[in-house]
Amino acid sequence: MSLVDYLPQLGRGLLLSLQLTALSVLFGYLIGLVLALGAASSKWWLKWPAIVVVEIGRGIPALVVLYLIYFGLPSVGILFESLVAATIGLTFTAAAYSSEMIRAGLQSVPRGQFEAAAALGLARRSTFLRVVLPQGLRSSIPALMGLAIMSFQATSLAYSISVPELMSQAYQVGNLTFQYLGVYAITGLIYAAIAVPATWLSVWVEHRLARGAA
Amino acid sequence: MGDALVAILLGLPMTLLVTAASFAIGLVGGVPLLLGLRSRIRFVRLAVRLVIDLIRGVPPIVWLFLLYFGIAIGSFRFNSLVAAIVGLGVISSAYLAEIYRGGFATLPRGQFEAAQALGLGRATTLGRVLAPQALRTALPSMATFLLSLLKDSSIASTIGVTEMVTAATVFARQNTATAGIVPFFLAAAVYFALSIPVAVFARRLDTRLRKAL
Repeated sequence: MSLVDYLPQLGRGLLLSLQLTALSVLFGYLIGLVLALGAASSKWWLKWPAIVVVEIGRGIPALVVLYLIYFGLPSVGILFESLVAATIGLTFTAAAYSSEMIRAGLQSVPRGQFEAAAALGLARRSTFLRVVLPQGLRSSIPALMGLAIMSFQATSLAYSISVPELMSQAYQVGNLTFQYLGVYAITGLIYAAIAVPATWLSVWVEHRLARGAA
Repeated sequence: MGDALVAILLGLPMTLLVTAASFAIGLVGGVPLLLGLRSRIRFVRLAVRLVIDLIRGVPPIVWLFLLYFGIAIGSFRFNSLVAAIVGLGVISSAYLAEIYRGGFATLPRGQFEAAQALGLGRATTLGRVLAPQALRTALPSMATFLLSLLKDSSIASTIGVTEMVTAATVFARQNTATAGIVPFFLAAAVYFALSIPVAVFARRLDTRLRKAL
């Protein structure tokens, strides 16, 4: 059998990688938003826990996070299936990184916007939800797109806890065919075929948003 | 817990070696890529752009497997350490070229024009006027990249480099009954501890540069 015959197997792996990306980005960014709001809070009991979680999430390699959850937690009685463990681990990392991006976005909203909202007599709540949040999120979009691409690439780490995603499938095909160079080159190109156009898209979006702001 | 910590710290020099060596490759390798990105010839610019995006588009683990399992020329094969350093070095070159480019992009055009008005050559303009200033603005990003490289060096464990994560897994496997979550927790703590000084340095550098500009 030639390598072409194994493309469907790689395709199935890619599909799982994409699902894993979608889940970790969706949950990660939601938690990231909560953490960003926490870190920006004036109440210390909200602020410090959020900052600690964020710094831990950014300071530890994603691979170690996966090992902690998949190999470590069972010893304290918490057992996850590999796919669930991978989703939790990658969500945690995505949440930590995205919270910093969202925080930077919120901070980039000019002070005048607050003052204008106050002058219009808007309540604090609607000032934040209707004025600050939409503008802040808008300016963090390019960074969050970049992080989504990184998250897609990070799903390849789930191979190490035997999630049958693209990298695991490539490893299997390599062991079946012994054509390691070919298999990993094709796998690399598959990852790149998604990541590279996505990068170009995020650059394009960044330019468009910059034009809108000027 | 003491035993686990000793076992993991024995892997620390290898983690630092992989990180430092691949960063050094990136510092040097990023320069020709940067020159390609700034070339006067459009085709060269586009080709180098594509190469950089392609390198960054492939996950590190795929790079390492490609080099370690895929490259066999005659009887030549990379050993796992060399494969990890070369793989992460190639990735670093691409990322650092992009960081260098970002540094140059912030330079005011007047610097270039002033150098020309003074009759400086192209090489002198680049080496003595533009590069030192660009490097200054690029430093915080370079420190941040060094941090992410430190964390990515953990991926070398997947091809059998005996760094910290390998040390943690081996210890966990040898002491299944007692070790539990401890070795992974300790490895995480060491990475975290390592990242603090670099993060503080980057943040301080950033504020200082902001003031200077």
